[in-house]
Amino acid sequence: MSATSDQAHSVVAPSGASKTIAGALVIVYALVTIIPLVWIVMTSFKTPPDSIAYPPKLIFTPSIEGYCNLFTTRTRQTPEYIAALPPAETECDRVVRSRNMVIAGPSNVIPRFINSIVIAFGSTFLAVFLGTITAYGFSRFKVPLADDLLFFILSTRFMPPIAVAIPIYLMYRTIGLSDTQLGMILLYTAVNVSLAVWLLKGFIDEIPREYEEAALIDGYSRLHAFVKVVLPQAATGIAATAIFCLIFAWNEYAFAVLLTSGTAQTMPPFIPFIIGEGGQDWPAVAAGTTLFLIPIFVFTVLLRKHLLRGITFGAVRK
Amino acid sequence: MAEIRVEHLHKAFGDFVAVRDSSFTVADGEFFVMLGPSGCGKTTTLRMIAGLELPTSGQILLDGNDVTFNRASQRDIAFVFQLFALYPHMNVRRNIGFPLKCQGVPAREVRQRVEETARFLRIAHLLDQPVSRLAGGDRQRVALGRAIVRRPMAFLMDEPLGTLDTEFRDLMVRELRELHLRIGATTVYVTHDQLEAMAMADKIAVMSRGVIEQFATPQEIYDQPATMFVADFIGSPPMNFLPFRAGLPSGAVSVRVNGAEIAVPKLRESVAESDLALGVRPEHIRFDDASRLRGTVFDSEYLGTTQIVTVSTEHGQVKARLSSEVVARPGETVGLALRPERLSIFDRGSGRALRTALNQGAADG
Repeated sequence: MSATSDQAHSVVAPSGASKTIAGALVIVYALVTIIPLVWIVMTSFKTPPDSIAYPPKLIFTPSIEGYCNLFTTRTRQTPEYIAALPPAETECDRVVRSRNMVIAGPSNVIPRFINSIVIAFGSTFLAVFLGTITAYGFSRFKVPLADDLLFFILSTRFMPPIAVAIPIYLMYRTIGLSDTQLGMILLYTAVNVSLAVWLLKGFIDEIPREYEEAALIDGYSRLHAFVKVVLPQAATGIAATAIFCLIFAWNEYAFAVLLTSGTAQTMPPFIPFIIGEGGQDWPAVAAGTTLFLIPIFVFTVLLRKHLLRGITFGAVRK
Repeated sequence: MAEIRVEHLHKAFGDFVAVRDSSFTVADGEFFVMLGPSGCGKTTTLRMIAGLELPTSGQILLDGNDVTFNRASQRDIAFVFQLFALYPHMNVRRNIGFPLKCQGVPAREVRQRVEETARFLRIAHLLDQPVSRLAGGDRQRVALGRAIVRRPMAFLMDEPLGTLDTEFRDLMVRELRELHLRIGATTVYVTHDQLEAMAMADKIAVMSRGVIEQFATPQEIYDQPATMFVADFIGSPPMNFLPFRAGLPSGAVSVRVNGAEIAVPKLRESVAESDLALGVRPEHIRFDDASRLRGTVFDSEYLGTTQIVTVSTEHGQVKARLSSEVVARPGETVGLALRPERLSIFDRGSGRALRTALNQGAADG
């Protein structure tokens, strides 16, 4: 603001007071959001007794016991048996033996984690792929009953997933998709594709047809023009849509807990049921949650620029 | 370079007829302008020539070859869009080279031809800039470059100057005309701006509601409008119409408009008693106290060397373009004299111009 206009009341430049209030609100909101995360990460480095201590310990000696317990299965042994063993090779061996146990083998966490990655990314890819071509079709061609079809596509989101969970469970059991990665990928794709179509249609509608028409005249086929001209310009929309789809598929709990129990189980139903000695093993649960957060966090940070545009899309004309 | 022939072209979108049975031929090397108000079907016609729309019926021939249902990419024509359609994710060089890349021209030749084209359009210094930073006129030049670089059979342009400022538009009109003279490519140009059309065209087709009202040179369109629509659409202010009712024999050289005997070009056809209109351009009217065609000065609009004087008559308002030296005070009663050899007579029912010594030989409406 220039010196001469200091006196003038501006309708767009925020005043000092409102800046302070806005800043305070943002800080409060950030704390509310971040504290649970910090809590989980802290818990993952506590020992089981520390994790359930009351009052909660803010200062504690960090331990990797939670991570050891997350990745292994253990059996209880007599102190004499443990004393007779060769010296501990790893930190985990040492921590576990201090509790009179030995590592019996790896836990299921790695296969579950792989399931989560395969199912979430697989269904995201499929949903965005189908969504893009469907949205392009609706945006560019005369589709009979287009409005009704778009409404129908959206209507699949009206019901909470749990409302259709039982029929889907029965259906999947009959056709053998129950507890399979393919089954979960198809299910999440079906849920996400409506979101993808609607989001992407908005983005593609904003791309002037003239670009493709220019490419058509310049010698490209429709498909070629789509790939070379439309896709690069829709990149932001595609990235934003991919994040939304991935977040849903990654975090989805209701279907996962009902339809997967073994081979195709994802992390969300797996994490809460990590049982240790005498009940929940909270450090291990927290360790699993911490690791579970990392991929989606990285993916979102990488694409955050697009995500912001995705949220505000349509609000600002170019 | 090629001749473009359009025969009985017809396009309907559902019940709406966008283009009705249009036929015209654009000669090799001609600058052809389709002129008309928005929604008259000019852009649809252009898009059918380009292959972006398929006609409901009719034929399009490029250099004698029927391309009516060929893909756009197989027609070897270039299209300049109103919004230029420069690819925002490419720089100027890649935008201009894009059509060549599509056709699989080797990279070295692409580079060479792009630079040649850029020099030709005086935008060589912009080649490595992103298109988003260009000014309107430069964007236009890049869009033209993308068209020229292919050396196509014909250029199609859809209101390419529509989004430019007036000042820039005049400059680009001159540049486009100059470019046309240098390249000599067959060009079909769509606009709703009569000044653009008049300034650039070799031939103009004036369209209204999907029908070509007149297809002629700019001068013929102005001097011998084939229909009342053309007479009214072209010219600023447009042609004045003095309605009257009469039956006229072939060979008549005057008409009676409310008691005033007015000399007209010799009629070459006879009409039965019907509603007619006498058409007169504002510049073909002068004040003459002897005239029996009288009116009251309503207003005058000063334009420097000339003025537009609005005169209220019993036939409605008549606008006359007079020298600024003529004194015309509002409220004053004046007589109007019309230049006989420049008058048109229209049948008000069909809007068609009657055949007279003025327009004999010009296209019928």
